[in-house]
Amino acid sequence: MSNPRRAFFRGAGQSLPFFVVIVPFAMLFGVLSAEAGLGPWETQIFSVSVFAGASQLAALQLMQDQAPLLVILATGLAVNLRMMMYSVALTPHLGGAPLGVRAVIAYFLVDQSFALSMAEFEKRAALSGAEKVAFFFGTVAPLTVMWNIATAIGVQMGRAVPESWGLDFAMPITFIGMTAAMLRSRPHGVAMVVSVGVTLLLWAMPYGTGLLVGAAAGMAAGAIAEARIEARAMRRVRVGGKSHD
Amino acid sequence: MIDRWTFWAVVVVLGLGTYLIRLSFLGLLGNRPLPIWLVRALRYTAVAVLPALVAPAVLWPPATGGAPDPARLATVAVTLLAGIMTRNMIAAIGAGGAAFYLLPLLIG
Repeated sequence: MSNPRRAFFRGAGQSLPFFVVIVPFAMLFGVLSAEAGLGPWETQIFSVSVFAGASQLAALQLMQDQAPLLVILATGLAVNLRMMMYSVALTPHLGGAPLGVRAVIAYFLVDQSFALSMAEFEKRAALSGAEKVAFFFGTVAPLTVMWNIATAIGVQMGRAVPESWGLDFAMPITFIGMTAAMLRSRPHGVAMVVSVGVTLLLWAMPYGTGLLVGAAAGMAAGAIAEARIEARAMRRVRVGGKSHD
Repeated sequence: MIDRWTFWAVVVVLGLGTYLIRLSFLGLLGNRPLPIWLVRALRYTAVAVLPALVAPAVLWPPATGGAPDPARLATVAVTLLAGIMTRNMIAAIGAGGAAFYLLPLLIG
């Protein structure tokens, strides 16, 4: 029994609970893109090409709003910037693989494969490089298949859903639910409030540009809040030390 | 109606750009450390972009012609609370979806 093979199947097994997350999400994307007038193949190619649900939904919404191309692209890419963090964090574990393999890994770097892999690699420090690569692919193989099947099902459903269902509000609920579940710390809350506040204030600005300014302000506010909290903690550690401010 | 030229440009450029973001350190930059301010800012991309993207549609929903709608605002409050309390995205979205369809029945 080869160990990488075992690692692959362990990863695949651990990915199964995530079906609950990605299946409805992919179906929602399929439904909404069908409602937006995209054909089944256009939707599927979109999903395969970008393979990042939140940014696909964001781009879909902005395309429907007739936002300028540059704003659509900037917003979609901003949603996906978090993956740069994933890329950084996985490099110590998977960076030893040949470039060709790493190029394939990069395509499959999604929230779920990242989260599962990091947890596994931290828990089992003794895994070999080959086992780590196999585990990573194991986590993402079933999810990729399900993601595309559920998208296709969603497209077919979307053609049957009447407008009276109020699906226009599905996207706000989805994004707000995702955000709320991610509010792990005070800086996360600060980032959200500042970003939403600035975006609403600037809503009169030419389409979508207010969003970019708001998002940048929110990210900066989150980073500043985090730095402050850290500085305060450091000061507290210096027991009885004089503060310098 | 979505402009087809825009759509295909989004498919290609967003797809390629997202791939390059994923590839960045893994493929090209290796183990070089990121500046601390950048790491910090990256942590907050999702919580900054996602709610701001839908905030205007929440306050001024196109479906009501832009008039603020109590049922939609209450739905958002329920979604937020459920997400913060459970830390679970599916629970939050489920609670929000239930609120969206049930609240109008209660409010009348």
